[in-house]
Amino acid sequence: MNPELGNFALALACCMAAGQAILPLIGANRRDARLMALAPALAVGQMLALITSFACLIHAAITNDFSVQNVAANSAVSKPLLYKITGVWGNHEGSVLLWAMILSICGGAVALFGRNLPSALQARVIAVLGGVAAGFELFCLTTSNPFARVWPAPLDGQGMNPLLQDPGLAFHPPILYTGYVGFAVPFAFAIAALIEGRVDAAWGRWVRPWAVAAWCFLTCGIAMGSWWSYYVLGWGGYWFWDPVENASLIPWLTGTALVHSAIVVEKREALKIWTVLLAIGTFSFSLSGTFLVRSGILNSVHAFANDPARGVFILGLLALVIGGSLLLFAIRAPQLTTGGLFAPVSREGLLVLNNILLCSICAVVLTGTMYPPFMSLLFGKTISVGKPFFDATTIPLAIPLMVFMGFGPMVPWKRAQMWPVLRRLWWAACVALVALVLATVRMRDILPVLATATAVWVICSSLADIAERLRLFRQPLAYSWQRARSLPRAVFGAALAHAGVGIVVLGIAGMSQAAHRIVEVHVGQSEMLAGDSWTLTDVHPAEGPNYSALVATIEVRHNGRLITTLHPSKRTFASQHQTTTEVAIHTNLLADIYGVLGDRHGDDANPTYVLRLHYNPLAPWMWLGGLIMAFGGALSLSDRRVRVGAPRRAKTVDVVVVQ
Amino acid sequence: MMKNPFPRRGGVLALLACLLFAPIMAMAVDDPSEMLPDPAQEQRAEAIGAQLRCLVCQNESIEDSSADLARDLRHVVREHVAKGESNQQIMAWMVSRYGNFIRLRPPLTIGTLLLWIMPLLALGIGIGVAWWTFRRPRAPTPAPLSDEERRRLSDLTETRRE
Amino acid sequence: MSGQPPSPTRRRLLMAAPLVVAGGVGVGFWRMLSGMTKGSFDPHDIHAPALNRPVPDFALPDQAPGSGFSAQDLRALKAPVLVNYFASWCIPCVAEMPVLNALKEKLPIWGIAYKDRPEHALGFVQRAGNPYARIAADRDGLAAIDWGVSGVPETFLIGPGGVIRWHTASPITETMITRTIMPLADSLKS
Repeated sequence: MNPELGNFALALACCMAAGQAILPLIGANRRDARLMALAPALAVGQMLALITSFACLIHAAITNDFSVQNVAANSAVSKPLLYKITGVWGNHEGSVLLWAMILSICGGAVALFGRNLPSALQARVIAVLGGVAAGFELFCLTTSNPFARVWPAPLDGQGMNPLLQDPGLAFHPPILYTGYVGFAVPFAFAIAALIEGRVDAAWGRWVRPWAVAAWCFLTCGIAMGSWWSYYVLGWGGYWFWDPVENASLIPWLTGTALVHSAIVVEKREALKIWTVLLAIGTFSFSLSGTFLVRSGILNSVHAFANDPARGVFILGLLALVIGGSLLLFAIRAPQLTTGGLFAPVSREGLLVLNNILLCSICAVVLTGTMYPPFMSLLFGKTISVGKPFFDATTIPLAIPLMVFMGFGPMVPWKRAQMWPVLRRLWWAACVALVALVLATVRMRDILPVLATATAVWVICSSLADIAERLRLFRQPLAYSWQRARSLPRAVFGAALAHAGVGIVVLGIAGMSQAAHRIVEVHVGQSEMLAGDSWTLTDVHPAEGPNYSALVATIEVRHNGRLITTLHPSKRTFASQHQTTTEVAIHTNLLADIYGVLGDRHGDDANPTYVLRLHYNPLAPWMWLGGLIMAFGGALSLSDRRVRVGAPRRAKTVDVVVVQ
Repeated sequence: MMKNPFPRRGGVLALLACLLFAPIMAMAVDDPSEMLPDPAQEQRAEAIGAQLRCLVCQNESIEDSSADLARDLRHVVREHVAKGESNQQIMAWMVSRYGNFIRLRPPLTIGTLLLWIMPLLALGIGIGVAWWTFRRPRAPTPAPLSDEERRRLSDLTETRRE
Repeated sequence: MSGQPPSPTRRRLLMAAPLVVAGGVGVGFWRMLSGMTKGSFDPHDIHAPALNRPVPDFALPDQAPGSGFSAQDLRALKAPVLVNYFASWCIPCVAEMPVLNALKEKLPIWGIAYKDRPEHALGFVQRAGNPYARIAADRDGLAAIDWGVSGVPETFLIGPGGVIRWHTASPITETMITRTIMPLADSLKS
């Protein structure tokens, strides 16, 4: 394996993607089975070529081939093996290649798991994926080739940013990218449906698992990103509303709306046009998010790759993909038939409300992110839009969303009465009310109080939903167990995902009550924070593979009983002249105890150390809730009614299940 | 070293953000001597600082940032708080030097009107479009009778009367 | 319109709305990108509101090899000067030194060393060939906050009477001098 092979594989993949974009489309229009049959073959071929190409890049990084410019700029001999591998996608060129590879894997997955699709639909879906892939592979080849050589080859590379030398980066970007790119499949389905001019329940059923799968990855990716900034950046924050974070939140919001509206298409054949638009929108936001942050427009000071040529290429590509699909939508969508009718108070009605609220939050985040550059362009004035704005505008929209979320799963389709639903949820409402009162006593601000109460409401109503379906406490337990076994996993998945949202929000509300202190202490000195006594007992130097460190030992006691011993440290990376702080976190799942070692002051005989001590109540719930949400999604994916490639089942079975 | 229920994982968001400005973010621990002795005043200073953008960072407030300039600004905020100035006075002092760029919560002006009404606007558009789309089509009102039909109708009624 | 199902035209307009919005945003982005390549649009510029205001009150001590100055000195001026914030630890500052050296014959440049040790700043200025007529030291960086400086280098063109007439937060380039600074300075002289 060498870089030229990688480069050749990339070029080959690009050619195959171009073929994949054109031939099946012609075949589907002419009803030519042979041309359509090319689609899966080309998709799998393209996938294999890109995997080869990516493997070549990893090989170059592992073998310290510094004649490859990308490796020379981002790797070094002394770097541990794991970071040589993860470093491949820790830079612009490598991450674009990873992006393209995941897209090709999505195409391959549609080819391999989508055999039950009508061949024309499958051919068109794969063709659309091929078109997008061809564009980005061309981008990779022409403006950001990871295999570019440098001559003479340097003896050692420039190394990698120490903050990125973290085991977490092995998994995080691939997962987040899989989330972004996964929405390409619903997008391709939407385009195929627009070309065919047909959206029906079967279409909804085929789209939903892909959307749910992508949503799970995106949820996981965002939760991990937040977790990473919490423990690597080291000041106890977890979300900064910066453009790069918002770029992942925006498709998550529309993707969540898509996952819900696809249910309506599947069950009731309503909201069809809207679902198609959401599928287009979600992938468009994913695309713009991942690529516009690299153009240097959105990042205020720190551009990812401030190369205007790249920016222009990306903008052209985005115009082609997004503009083209929206143009197709504008032309074809008015001809799609509209769907079934329903009363405002019904499952459909609540899902419409859910979509409106999610999209409103999305609109606010989008406007807040884009406003500064547009303000600067149109009026020549500079403004900042930060956390205080987003908190003040998104939380008031999220609270009604969560209130309705509690009702959603309990309300019947088509037409419903509120009274029977309320009767089943009275205890959840009571618990939420108690939480409201308790929170009012404990917290000062109104928004965390409301957030706590609604989060408790969401969790309780998800439990109530399951209890109701199992006839828990109204029938013998054996009967409930029987029902639990026959209940589709999708029901549990939905309840888990909803409860996960509640848990995340509780975590956020808890974090609003976080306490911290910055202290300067001698070894042996104690300080109090949130009822715990923190004692710095020792500070000693240590050596790592490519850094030297100063490690502190802090004992945390509560009423004299030792809770934990923390070892925060400070690492100095000689090759980059950089210092990083390694925070130490102890969690008992109800709160994090979080310590950071800071500067050393005073003389050598009597040094003092600056410590930053944090007490973060419910902090772990934010990521735990995120994982629960993703797990809920995965659980409903494992339901065989929803699973990709599952044979269609008779309608009657569905009716029982839906209730 | 870390006892957490989750494996250590990373974030590409922050990754992207950090690629170039990591040196600034690496350290957020600050000198405790810069904090005000009066806890109420310190709290007020922190609240003001949370509204002020660190000019050389991403979307961070000066309280969250360890950049040099952020440290200086924190210091200045505390000086003004100690002097007994009001939040508005301190904010105005900052804006007169760095413009509205320093405010993380943009002021409501003609230019930012769209930004601030966006939550209501989006909600309104959403509800409006939904209402417009899902209105039940009532049975269309019958078209007025044409002359031909009227004649036939009168023919029918008159024949019956006869 | 009451009770009628949505008319086809309105439906069509509604379906075209996403395209129109996306098109508008796309055009905006295109203008930003082309502005960035031409230099007319800088998303990183914070547009500090210093323009057309008198210089802030300050008085800074000497920085060898030059002499310090204060707001009074600038306000007493009858001809334009360029005030340049620099630091020995700032890489773009090194890059702009040759440009400033070429400019110093045409326009006096007053430097302010930002958060720098006196000996470091002295060494830096001597190595660079000293483009500055006067140099002041802003050791704690507090005067910089009054000027609205967010980093180094930053440069201000001060007109007669000590009014800030032009400002940039990026390194000075040849084109900036020929296209903007000198024409403006010449118009301020007359």
